[in-house]
Amino acid sequence: MNVTKRTFDAVIVGAGGAGLRAAIQLSEAGLKTAVLSKVFPTRSHTVAAQGGVAASLGNSEEDHWHWHMYDTVKGSDWLGDQDAIEFMCKKANEVVIELEHYGMPFDRLDSGKIYQRPFGGHMSNFGEKPVRRSCAAADRTGHAMLHAMYQRNVKVNTQFFVEWMALDLIRDADGTVLGVTAMEMETGEVMILQAKATLFATGGGGRIFYSSTNAFINTGDGLGMAARAGIPLEDMEFWQFHPTGVAGAGVLITEGVRGEGGILRNSSGERFMERYAPNAKDLASRDVVSRAMATEIKEGRGCGPNKDYVQLDITHLPPETIMKRLPGIHEIALQFASIDALKEPIPVVPTAHYMMGGIPTNYSGRVVAPKGGDMSVPVPGLYAAGECACASVHGANRLGTNSLLDLLVFGKSAGESMVEDIKAMPGSHRDLPKGAADASLARLSRLESQKGGASVHETRLALQRNMQDHCGVFRFKDMLEKGVANILDIEQQVAQTEIKDKSKVWNTARMEALELDNLIEVAKATMVSANARLESRGAHVRNDCADSVEFPDGRNDKEWLKHTLWTRDGNRLEYKPVHLKPLTVDSIGLKKRAY
Amino acid sequence: MAKVKFSIYRFDPEKDEKPYMQNLEVELEPSDRKLLDVLVKIKALDDSLSFRRSCREGVCGSDALNINGTNGLACLTDISSLSQPITLRPLPGLPVVRDLIVDMTQFFKQYHSIKPYLINDEPPPETERLQSPEDREELNGLYECILCACCSTACPSFWWNPDKFVGPSGLLNAYRFIADTRDQAINERLDNLEDPYRLFRCHTIMNCVEVCPKHLNPTRAIGKIKDLMVKRAI
Repeated sequence: MNVTKRTFDAVIVGAGGAGLRAAIQLSEAGLKTAVLSKVFPTRSHTVAAQGGVAASLGNSEEDHWHWHMYDTVKGSDWLGDQDAIEFMCKKANEVVIELEHYGMPFDRLDSGKIYQRPFGGHMSNFGEKPVRRSCAAADRTGHAMLHAMYQRNVKVNTQFFVEWMALDLIRDADGTVLGVTAMEMETGEVMILQAKATLFATGGGGRIFYSSTNAFINTGDGLGMAARAGIPLEDMEFWQFHPTGVAGAGVLITEGVRGEGGILRNSSGERFMERYAPNAKDLASRDVVSRAMATEIKEGRGCGPNKDYVQLDITHLPPETIMKRLPGIHEIALQFASIDALKEPIPVVPTAHYMMGGIPTNYSGRVVAPKGGDMSVPVPGLYAAGECACASVHGANRLGTNSLLDLLVFGKSAGESMVEDIKAMPGSHRDLPKGAADASLARLSRLESQKGGASVHETRLALQRNMQDHCGVFRFKDMLEKGVANILDIEQQVAQTEIKDKSKVWNTARMEALELDNLIEVAKATMVSANARLESRGAHVRNDCADSVEFPDGRNDKEWLKHTLWTRDGNRLEYKPVHLKPLTVDSIGLKKRAY
Repeated sequence: MAKVKFSIYRFDPEKDEKPYMQNLEVELEPSDRKLLDVLVKIKALDDSLSFRRSCREGVCGSDALNINGTNGLACLTDISSLSQPITLRPLPGLPVVRDLIVDMTQFFKQYHSIKPYLINDEPPPETERLQSPEDREELNGLYECILCACCSTACPSFWWNPDKFVGPSGLLNAYRFIADTRDQAINERLDNLEDPYRLFRCHTIMNCVEVCPKHLNPTRAIGKIKDLMVKRAI
């Protein structure tokens, strides 16, 4: 089959926050860039971020990037790379100010400066007390940010391929990345997009879980493509369960609610976080709060007829504050819990939310993989930023508002690296390997001819149930082992899914089948990595690695202070050291976490 | 559980000569709360039904449909609020690509025509540009637009002149920048709209206000643009 080819300097896959931020860099440098997105850019899932973006602007009280760095390292349970974390926290003010200059409608203080609110795990003076660091536009920060960045891209004439789905990465015999294959959803046409630099900004893969705050589109496409192309995935055992998803619906309720004074209560009305985190209370970091909630529910102090949720109470806040700072939350509570949050508490449960792991990169946004004994050699031509990437700034647990910061900082730095690398390359493109689109065409032709396979819907449901039941907030040795066995069975089903719809035009059945090929890679990486990590750290907590004198909170720094690398071929695991050395300041030494 | 009757617009240009309405019944479970939940369920039974969806919480703007004759988002519509048979059609006034999916080109062309980005050619300061809370409040009710097209495709003026009339969504966004104290291109923006069609085809029918899933008021924004034009002319 003859596949059309188009040639660009750069291809960006994904038009959420990270992709759009990188695209600004490339368009402003005058490079010929194609930005592909499964959805119109403003429909990317960055749009759903609510509470804010972290930057130590100090608009309301004293703050410092070094304090922010300390909080992020501590939040990561020391698994984050301290060079990347220093880089991010130092750059925060610059990228947030740029965004304001693009037109982002931040809320304002009386001084006219950007409004900032407290957020979980963000403290002043190296962990002393909560600090106002989250720059917010009401509880619609992600929406305001995504639109502002799309608008900036319109201004600088970025070329978008809207409703195109990337299928596979193209690498030559040397391993150099030469672009992607992609499908136009309206026509079903497959095309090769050849590029000197390819950026994955494809977001998370939270749809591996049955209950998730993530959008339908969050199927880990970049991770699936990377895994199939032989690139390892890093730290995939670490998934954040957001404390406050609406019970039953999974829809996100921002931590900004607690930043504005909201309180979590159990069935007796007790503010139970005082017992778990006497200092930060409801504003402890997310893994801590989620575990506390799960413990309350497990020990019979949950609310409702089934005692299966806790309550997020804002009824004591002035109605004006709620309607001004949290209007979206008021609406969500009405829509998805049928309650008026001014008068009644909101039923919430910990819900799968964010993937701390991803495609391994360094802090310049270049993808790195093991090669000849060195664990972090750049993969020529490939870059990653945002949730799909693992820099690693979040380590074992991300702090709220650090995700929007991550996509700004690393979207920009990946864009800068691409500009720099493209300018240093020869004028002509490297030759594509023979049959560059063969892998994608084979996937499509299998779907075309498959008879008698399982349905995509049923298979995906089995995958999601498996992850929900075996790899949740608390993890158990036997469940993890069973989860691994199950997911390998489900992988066989995924390879034989059948779709009835064979139309070329806007075939969403085909698209969902192709997405399932990506979900299964994310799920396998997660299950296998989680089963192998024999300690508790951050969001990964196992029953057989409990708190002890030797290993406080079950964390084992002697053996497990290292990043996991999972490779698809043979589900192989390797490990690489954590960068404990920052760029300019002293290393933040290992400590037991307490909030 | 209760069975619910649907009548759904179907059209696949590859096999259908013309569109038709497909009648079907679906059994609901208590967890099927929103229309989108049920659409996903229908798709599990018949994978050929095509519709856009993403965030399922009313912020991405993907799943706008014509629901029992009124535009709205499937993810924010309670299934129990709808009379049966629940009739689903693609958004009116735009070309249908397949089933419930319309070609949004014209809608986005109008959005892009209003220069939807901040224009300020002064070199930016090292810190943020200052804006008072009161000035910032002027943007409330404007910046929240999710570009779902419920409003523009409910507007008869947009149906008749989708190529010439900017439409309620585009005009709301135009006013979002006019109202922003940081923007310096008010005159240019007003010039861009001073035209018998681009702005003045709005006859305050107010369908846009009725259907906006974010409770925004494009008619009021359009009125403010018209006021500014009058003021400028005096």
